[in-house]
Amino acid sequence: MERVPILKIGSVLLVSIQVDMQDQMALQLQEDLGQRIVDTGCRGVIIDITGLDIVDSFVGRTLSTIASISRVLDAETIVVGMRPAVAITLVELGLSLDGIRTALNVERGLELLARNAEPDTFDDLDLLGDPETTSP
Amino acid sequence: MTGSEGPGHQVQAIGNDEDVVRVRQLVRTAAVAAKLSLVDQTKVVTAASELARNTLVYGGGGEAAVSTVDNGVRRGVRVVFSDSGPGIADIDLALTDGYTSGGGLGLGLSGARRLVDEFELDTVVGAGTTVAVVKWAR
Repeated sequence: MERVPILKIGSVLLVSIQVDMQDQMALQLQEDLGQRIVDTGCRGVIIDITGLDIVDSFVGRTLSTIASISRVLDAETIVVGMRPAVAITLVELGLSLDGIRTALNVERGLELLARNAEPDTFDDLDLLGDPETTSP
Repeated sequence: MTGSEGPGHQVQAIGNDEDVVRVRQLVRTAAVAAKLSLVDQTKVVTAASELARNTLVYGGGGEAAVSTVDNGVRRGVRVVFSDSGPGIADIDLALTDGYTSGGGLGLGLSGARRLVDEFELDTVVGAGTTVAVVKWAR
């Protein structure tokens, strides 16, 4: 069975789904991604679904589960690239994609992750500036 | 196992995950041939995916017959799913959003019904279930 590749770019894992997934492939991705989050310590996951021409309840549920697993493993998941026809269909189907954050494209997704990243090093604190010295 | 019963009519056996993908592809091709809009193609393919999975998971496998239809005014896609599984004891309950007898979200039947224009469910407990759906081009 084919597997969905998971790429590490900086501190983010990027998953780009390019094929019409069988159910088993979606479940495999769920497992693989959990393992990669632990192995890499990445704090952000971007799932690009530009290549998916439908999202049915099974894939929708898998995306929600992946987001929950990632959260438990201290990583945030953002689903990007949903086609408008897919969004319309999802809403009509009644799928709410609970717990999933979305962004329009990979670039916006990366921005969102960067904005939400907590400053956990002194370098990051320097970049943000000291509130006491920057406020008037 | 794709058989042809005349022009525009194809039968796909549903026995595993891969067959569900094949059903989606057949329905997509028929929807394009019937000149459905992109949104309507997406809706009918999504509905077909839900129903094909139901046939597999709850019906224990079966088949999907995909054809293009024409009512003189509009063209459309018709898909008939049939299985010889246990049947559905309480149809109203099965069509309720959120109800599931398996591990799913309970959106398969009810969601699929919302995505198509015509939806017909015939079921006999102990003998099987047939679901016929039609999506018309606007």
